[in-house]
Amino acid sequence: MATTRILEWLGRFYIVLLLGFLYLPIIIMAAMSFNASPFYQLPFEWTTDWYASLSQNDQLIAATWNSIEIAIITTLISTVLGSMASLALYRYDFRGKKVLQALLFPPIAIPWLITGTAMLIFFFGVGIGRGLIAILLGHVALALPYVIVVVSARLQTFAPELEEAARSLGANQWQVTMRVTLPWITPGVIAGGLFAFAVSFDQFVVSYFLSTPGQTTLPVEIYAAIRKGFTPEINAVSTIIIVVSMALMLLTARFFKFGGEK
Amino acid sequence: MADQLAIGSRRGLKPALPLLLPAYLWLTVAIFLPLSAMVFFSLMTDLPVAGKEWSFTLGNYAAFFSQSLYSTLLLSSLRLGLEVTLWCVVIGYPAAYVLAKVLKGRSREAIFLLVILPFWSNGLVRIFSWAMVLREGGILDTALNAVLPFKINIDLMYSYPAVIIGLVHSYVPYMVLTCYLTLQAIDDSLIEAGRSLGASRRQVLWRVIIPLSMPGLIAGAALIFVPVVGSFMEPRILGGRTGTFYGTVIEDQFVSVFNWPLGAALSFILLAVVLIILALAAPVLRRAA
Repeated sequence: MATTRILEWLGRFYIVLLLGFLYLPIIIMAAMSFNASPFYQLPFEWTTDWYASLSQNDQLIAATWNSIEIAIITTLISTVLGSMASLALYRYDFRGKKVLQALLFPPIAIPWLITGTAMLIFFFGVGIGRGLIAILLGHVALALPYVIVVVSARLQTFAPELEEAARSLGANQWQVTMRVTLPWITPGVIAGGLFAFAVSFDQFVVSYFLSTPGQTTLPVEIYAAIRKGFTPEINAVSTIIIVVSMALMLLTARFFKFGGEK
Repeated sequence: MADQLAIGSRRGLKPALPLLLPAYLWLTVAIFLPLSAMVFFSLMTDLPVAGKEWSFTLGNYAAFFSQSLYSTLLLSSLRLGLEVTLWCVVIGYPAAYVLAKVLKGRSREAIFLLVILPFWSNGLVRIFSWAMVLREGGILDTALNAVLPFKINIDLMYSYPAVIIGLVHSYVPYMVLTCYLTLQAIDDSLIEAGRSLGASRRQVLWRVIIPLSMPGLIAGAALIFVPVVGSFMEPRILGGRTGTFYGTVIEDQFVSVFNWPLGAALSFILLAVVLIILALAAPVLRRAA
């Protein structure tokens, strides 16, 4: 028994080490955004100057607004289209259904480098070109499979008898969907929407290939800035991004259990 | 009407079509047509724009096979993928085990969330945060020199190990997630049965726990290996001049050299490699499902 207890404590200690590995760089990066030295020199001197200069950086601000707008539109489109598709995949049985479900995996499984360059080639070829519209087209396609998977998981817990009951009480198809099915899957739809927002807001690779100067998103601007050289201003904007996306995921976790536990 | 009222899912593609079409049309326009277009482009001599002359050619693929540079880079990308995946197994599997079998209740839920939270935050920003830690005069350098009695110079920035560290940090939560899900599904009584029948801790681990959690390991490995082989941003930022990999060469073709047909051919070769790997992993994954 003693060995078991020692092993358990070692295990707990190991988890703490892992969390240190995962969070220390992020914490250091964030701390440096409040440090006065432009060359990241210690000792630490508190300042919020970098955030102030960030608020003067029109290019970054424009890119931030683009990112937010694209993420919101992506969320709206992909949750509506994705929920519709999940409902169809849940309700109906037809030939080729397995194929349709399998087709959701390429956008998730194929490296973004390949999808991104392929989109660039195709959009260029058909005249859509690069820019915000192209980025939006790409983001929705990347977010859709996540929405469908999350909403479908929620639908698995739905009892079809409820729909039958409503129907036998005289409700038509539209009423059944709006009054019975939709309220049940709402947590799944919200979680799917938050996933979609995160996928879009954090997306870098696909946006990178589809952006043009003036029509870019925040991660693309940050990448360009990093390649020019490190400045605490990048730390400041990175800190904001990381806080926003972590807050979003915490919110998602409230609606959707990742661990598969009930 | 009568059969529509039957319990369970209903038959027929027709009523499902209006619900399915918008989503799948979108996926077709933004994913499947582009992937096909990429194959088409990879067989061209030049871009078919602005009245440029172009014809079909296998030259872009010939370039891959005749110039050892590309195959060498693909091999080094595959090696990078393998090394990162192995590190993720070594670091992630024990963590998944502790989460699934040692921690209980609320603390398990909270720590599980903490482990996978960074994974959902911006990858670019996390790679940048490692640049802060690893560069000369960075935090690692300063901290070690403050503790150690002798002077050492830690300058891991712009090196192969830096790329590995950054990528492992980015992808290890995947491994923890997939292994945790399979480990959690293993019935504790199986482990106890093994122990009570006289198996040592080590035997139980190798004969019971690891074989049963294999689907999670394979799924995690596939989910990590595939994007790492195609990575370009991480090697660029952390690897500097040593960070030339297959992915960075593809990026170059599209953003600086502007040889799109060659880029398309290189992308398509990468896609073929990725599909082969996923096909090899598929049987194991299907057995798990």
